Amino acid sequence: MSERHINIKLKVWRQKNKSDKGNMEEYALSGVSTDMSFLEMMDTLNEKLTKEDKQPVAFDHDCREGICGMCSMYINGQPHGPLKGVTTCQLHMRTFNDGDTIVVEPWRSAAFPVLKDLIVDRTAFDRIQHAGGFISINTGAAPDANAIPVPKENADEAFLAAQCIGCGACVAACKNSSAMLFTAAKVSQYALLPQGQAERYRRVEAMVAQMDKEGFGACTNTGACSAECPKEISISHIARMNRDYLGAKSTSNAI
Amino acid sequence: MTALNSKIPAGSLGDKWKNHKFNLKLVNPANKRKYDIIVVGTGLAGASAAASLAELGYNVTTFCFQDSPRRAHSIAAQGGINAAKNYKNDGDSVYRLFYDTLKGGDYRAREANVHRLAEVSVNIIDQCVAQGVPFAREYGGLLDNRSFGGAQVSRTFYAKGQTGQQLLLGAYSAMNKNINSGGIKSFTRHEILDIVVVDGQARGVIARDMITGEVTRHSAHAVVLCTGGYGNVFYLTTYARGSSGTAIWRAHKKGAMMANPCYTQIHPTCIPVTGDHQSKLTLMSESLRNDGRIWAPSKQGDTRKANEIPESERDYYLERRYPAFGNLVPRDIASRAAKERCDAGFGVGTSKLAVYLDYASAVERYGRQEAGKKGIANPDQNTIETLGREVVKAKYGNLFDMYTQITGENPYKEPMRIYPAVHYTMGGLWVDYNLMTSIPGLYACGEANFSDHGANRLGASALMQGLADGYFVLPYTIGDYLAGTERKSIPNDTKEFMDAEKAVKDELNKLISINGKSTVHEIQRELGLIMWNHCGMGRTESGLKEGISKMRALKDQFQKDVKVTGTNEELNQTLEKAGRVADFLELGELMMVDALNRNESCGGHFREEYQTEDGEALRDDANFMYAAAWEWTGESGKQKLNKEDLNYEFVKPSQRSYK
Ligand SMILES: Cc1cc2nc3c(=O)[nH]c(=O)nc-3n(C[C@H](O)[C@H](O)[C@H](O)COP(=O)(O)OP(=O)(O)OC[C@H]3O[C@@H](n4cnc5c(N)ncnc54)[C@H](O)[C@@H]3O)c2cc1C
Ligand code: SF4
Ligand code: FES
Repeated sequence: MSERHINIKLKVWRQKNKSDKGNMEEYALSGVSTDMSFLEMMDTLNEKLTKEDKQPVAFDHDCREGICGMCSMYINGQPHGPLKGVTTCQLHMRTFNDGDTIVVEPWRSAAFPVLKDLIVDRTAFDRIQHAGGFISINTGAAPDANAIPVPKENADEAFLAAQCIGCGACVAACKNSSAMLFTAAKVSQYALLPQGQAERYRRVEAMVAQMDKEGFGACTNTGACSAECPKEISISHIARMNRDYLGAKSTSNAI
Repeated sequence: MTALNSKIPAGSLGDKWKNHKFNLKLVNPANKRKYDIIVVGTGLAGASAAASLAELGYNVTTFCFQDSPRRAHSIAAQGGINAAKNYKNDGDSVYRLFYDTLKGGDYRAREANVHRLAEVSVNIIDQCVAQGVPFAREYGGLLDNRSFGGAQVSRTFYAKGQTGQQLLLGAYSAMNKNINSGGIKSFTRHEILDIVVVDGQARGVIARDMITGEVTRHSAHAVVLCTGGYGNVFYLTTYARGSSGTAIWRAHKKGAMMANPCYTQIHPTCIPVTGDHQSKLTLMSESLRNDGRIWAPSKQGDTRKANEIPESERDYYLERRYPAFGNLVPRDIASRAAKERCDAGFGVGTSKLAVYLDYASAVERYGRQEAGKKGIANPDQNTIETLGREVVKAKYGNLFDMYTQITGENPYKEPMRIYPAVHYTMGGLWVDYNLMTSIPGLYACGEANFSDHGANRLGASALMQGLADGYFVLPYTIGDYLAGTERKSIPNDTKEFMDAEKAVKDELNKLISINGKSTVHEIQRELGLIMWNHCGMGRTESGLKEGISKMRALKDQFQKDVKVTGTNEELNQTLEKAGRVADFLELGELMMVDALNRNESCGGHFREEYQTEDGEALRDDANFMYAAAWEWTGESGKQKLNKEDLNYEFVKPSQRSYK
């Protein structure tokens, strides 16, 4: 596809730190190559700001190939921008047109406080995983890998759930700031595998309890999470988690 | 001269590790909780080490610079992980994996280390499956394998094109279990900026909280660096943008030797550079060479589109030059072959610095197979291609999607354009057989050390090494050291800690106070260009000398003219980057010094003066059969060379042949 050069206007959320109120700032960028990734466009803006003795825009990024889950921009009202199944870092400027105004904000959720500009604190996700996102097997205690065959369909389905990159777009997309899709992806992965059975019900209870404690909202099945998820994690995992959760509650010894 | 003792145990190859484990001192379970261990880095090496050490009972503290341990660069590994399981019954064995890895590394690694790696490889797969890692499976429910370069057996386990992600999430889950039970305390968004040495022993680290800028001191009985590779010294690479050499470089300046810093892996199949704006290069996994065929036009300067070039005018140059291994030759060889074609005028694309990776014949082959399975007697071309593309999509879909995102082209219909890019560093901190650096109590695991890959790493063996070190080697060897040290806790307010903290703060303030005109980004790009042009795929004496002087000039410019906006007391990404670039400027110089010293070609280190008649790397075993371990003497570029001789007791090194 041939390269074009476009002029764009950016409206970017600027916030000095956690306690600052923050506001939108406007910037103009000209001659942006359509072969650039969105983050490379932001790099260009930052280089320009630095040269003007202004503070560059802080944003999270690392792998720049859609797998680490670091990048997290709310672009024109959509987490990770307009394309389906694509993270911010994989979005390219060929998606935009000359003269476009692009609005860039951080994830918005009480459970993800803004740290600076477009960077938010997502450690709540880690704490949900600490609560139960594991199979309790110590190093060295494992049986031969082929001792337990796993039906290919189950393994494949578990893999699809395990593809979650922990970016938080599901929370940002949800009007209730629910973290159900993220939590369900992990619960479902283990629930589908024989290795995950022993702790199946304890796990779901612990993870859901932590999720609630972190202040994420309830799920009202609107499906925005799955629609905006860059890894297209299916909402069916939420249904599986709900079933397990009810099962766990009806047999639970926990108070 | 500091004596380099590799501590390789005596005995037969197969007994060394077994006997060594038995002879290592143990720490009794009740005492383990009295020892504190700091693990820097939570990639495959760090996460697996932290979890395993915590399970043993040690108090573990981890650090990473991302906002979660799960985001370490290991997450991006695509193709797979090797293990000598021989599930395919195709003749694999521990010895064969050992031999392939040693040969792939062009006989510049230690036999004992590589054999241990091959031995524990089988346990890794068991461990990961038990953790719930969803590896690819066959219809019978058993694990599937694919082939990787430098091997003629199928021993690579994989999870689509996201093997690193799945393995890292497995190791992260093991960490989470131990965070939950209190065995691990995890610090995120913290960058380690110095190692603290007390009475000659590593006793802690200095960290900067990347949200507040606060600089803090952390003490422990031992420190483990699992901070990954330093390939970003080349700027445009397949690494995550944050990957740096900072932790190992600062350890180097505190006395840890850097071994074989010039050994860099340039991966043959990456999406080529398109313009100045580019911030990284994206790998197209080596697994694609299982089914894809690499070619260049057989006519120089051919400007036709790929699909318009007839079969008879395509040069499948790897299959031509290396009939036995074909498209699956090791990476260094495939990369040089691509460069050779492009330099000779056969390159494609606008830059002419690219060759084709073609899936047409794989689509055709799979399409016919599928049609057969479905009982379609005489499938037309359209049916074949549709069915074939579905199979290719199932195997490599995410890689093909990535290619489309970046280039805007459809690789199912036209061949991908690829070119080599910097991908991995075989060099790193020198470690002995116990993975301890030349500073007692300081360990290095994973890509951060130099241990197992010699002068070239085979595909799918970095994941194997990271997990081997973390799950199965370090947990044994570190006890041997700890058992001989005092149990009382290490104070973090002694002079050594206070001095190190002050030095770190001074350095940060200095970076901000220069307030010149060159941006960090400009200097970093220039640095990358110097490295690529002078220390890349082809190196020469004169080129390296010129590179070194350019690097010194750039360092000068940096120190006088760099511009870092903002303050130290806030989240400041420019400041973070400036510190990493400062270290790369010195590390890059040492890489060139090392490359200049090594008057031979081996693996990824190709000195153009030393090649065979048909352009292969020409080793000089008589003079360079050693690991070069460089010792800091107080001035960049003036490191002292220490040699660890490599003794080949079991395998006779020969000229590598993949023909
Ligand atoms: C695109 C790509 C694909 C790959 N595919 C494969 C493959 O298919 N098979 C294979 O075997 N290998 C592959 N590799 C290589 C492999 O992924 C890496 O070599 C390996 O993952 C490195 O793991 P590690 O644990 O040593 O370090 P990393 O995963 O790089 O982790 C480094 C850790 O250290 C931390 N850190 C670094 N510096 C500091 C500091 N100063 N302070 C605090 N924390 C710090 C980081 O936060 C991170 O947690 C691939 C590499 C790339 C780039
Ligand atoms: S479920 Fe999707 S959107 Fe949510 S964190 Fe995972 S990858 Fe991101
Ligand atoms: S930067 Fe890693 S997913 Fe976008």
